[in-house]
Amino acid sequence: MTKQKITVAVSGLNNIDSPGPGIPVIRALKESEYFDVRIIGLSYENLEPGLYMRDLVDKSYSIPLPSSGIASLLERLKYIQEMEGIQVIIPNFDAELHSFIKLAKQLKDDFGIETFLPSQEQFESRHKSVLYEFGEENGVKVPFSKMIFTANEINSLKTDFTYPLVIKGKYYDASIAATPEQAVNYFHKISAKWGLPIIVQEFVSGNEVNVTAIGDGKGNCIGAVPMRKLYITDKGKAWAGVSLDDENLIEITNRVISNSKWKGGCELEFIKTKDGEYYLLEMNPRFPAWVYLAKGCGQNHPEALVRMALGEDVKPYESYDVGKLFVRYSFDQIVDLKDYEKISTIGEL
Amino acid sequence: MQINKNIAISDSGFIFNPSSGDSFSTNNVGLEIIRLLKENKSKDEIITEIVTKFSTDASTLDKDLGDFFLMLRSYQLLSDND
Repeated sequence: MTKQKITVAVSGLNNIDSPGPGIPVIRALKESEYFDVRIIGLSYENLEPGLYMRDLVDKSYSIPLPSSGIASLLERLKYIQEMEGIQVIIPNFDAELHSFIKLAKQLKDDFGIETFLPSQEQFESRHKSVLYEFGEENGVKVPFSKMIFTANEINSLKTDFTYPLVIKGKYYDASIAATPEQAVNYFHKISAKWGLPIIVQEFVSGNEVNVTAIGDGKGNCIGAVPMRKLYITDKGKAWAGVSLDDENLIEITNRVISNSKWKGGCELEFIKTKDGEYYLLEMNPRFPAWVYLAKGCGQNHPEALVRMALGEDVKPYESYDVGKLFVRYSFDQIVDLKDYEKISTIGEL
Repeated sequence: MQINKNIAISDSGFIFNPSSGDSFSTNNVGLEIIRLLKENKSKDEIITEIVTKFSTDASTLDKDLGDFFLMLRSYQLLSDND
C-alpha cells in the first residue's frame, strides 16, 4: 500500500523523567500503515530531548509559552506554516490545549492546518475542579473533591473530608496528606508551582489503572487500552506498565467517551478498589506519555487521530493485545554545540 | 474452587493475571496444584495426586494446601464457585 505523505507538527518533546507524550505519539505515527509522516517538533525549552532525536523529528521550532498569549503563538505558527506546510497539529500539553482549541478554527480556515481537539466546553467539563460533576453526568464514580484558594481553608476541611486526603495542583502534581499540617505544606508547594486553585480530593485506596483512549466527537470510542503501572518513579510516573484485560474498565471508558462525545485523545485515570469498584481520579485531555503501548497492543491511536483530523471515517478498534509491557529507559544523546546554538538563538533546528 | 478466568500460566511456573496486571512465579509443586485446579479437581483429589508425585504425606499436604489456597485467593487467582 502506498502511504500518504503528510506533515504533522507535534509538541511535548520533553522525553524526560516526567515525560510529555510527544515522542511516543511521533513513534506511533512513524510506524503508521497509512502515512509517511514528516514530523515538525514544537518545543518550549531548548533542552527538550525530542529536539535532538533526528530520526524521529525532522525539523523543530520553538514556540512561545502559553503565558505569552494566543496572538504570539498564532504569529509563530504562521511563520512555521510558511516554511513547512503542516497538515495536522497534535498539541500534547494540558497547559497549551486551551490556546490550540481557541485557535483551531483559525488554523484550519487561514492556514489549512487540521486539529482534532475537544471543544472548549468538553475541555472544561473534565477539569479537576469540576470532575465530581463530570462523573455524575457520565455515570462514573469520582472521589469527592473541593477547590480551595487559601491554606486557611484547610482547617475547615474536616467537615467534608477525613484524613488522609489528596492535595492536587490545577494541572499537575498530587500528594497524599495524612495530617492538616502536611496538607498546608503541600498546598504551598503545589500552588507555588502550578498556581491556584488547589483541589482537595477524597483519598480512595486501591490499584491505579489507566486507560488511553480516543473519541471521534460523535459519541464513538475509536480505541481504548487499559494499563496498570508496574514501576512508578518518585514523580508518580509509570516507568513500566502492562496492558490489562478489563471489560469493566473498557465499558466505563466507552460510556464516558460516548456520553461526553469526547473528541480527540485522552487518558482516564482510575482507582480500582478491593471491592472491584472504579473511581475516576482524572481525565487528561490528551494522549498519555505511555500511548505507544496502545500501538504495541495493536491500536495506533495517534494514527487514528490524524486520519480523523483529515476527515476520514475511522472504524473503532475491536481488540488489543493483553499482557504487553512497556519498559522505559533513559538514554544519553550526544549533541553538537551548533545544534544547541541553533535552537537557542534562531529557535529552529 | 476454580482458577480465575484468563489467568495465564506458563510451563516455567510464571503466572500472569491479565485483569490486575500482577505476575507471580511458583515452583513445580505449585504449578502441578494449579494445573489440577484448572482441571476442576477437588482438594481431596489434588492431595491424592500430589502425594503420588512428590515426597510428602497427606496430612502435611492438607495443611499446606490450605495455606496455598489462601494465598491464591488473596492474589485474586482463585475463587469459590459454590
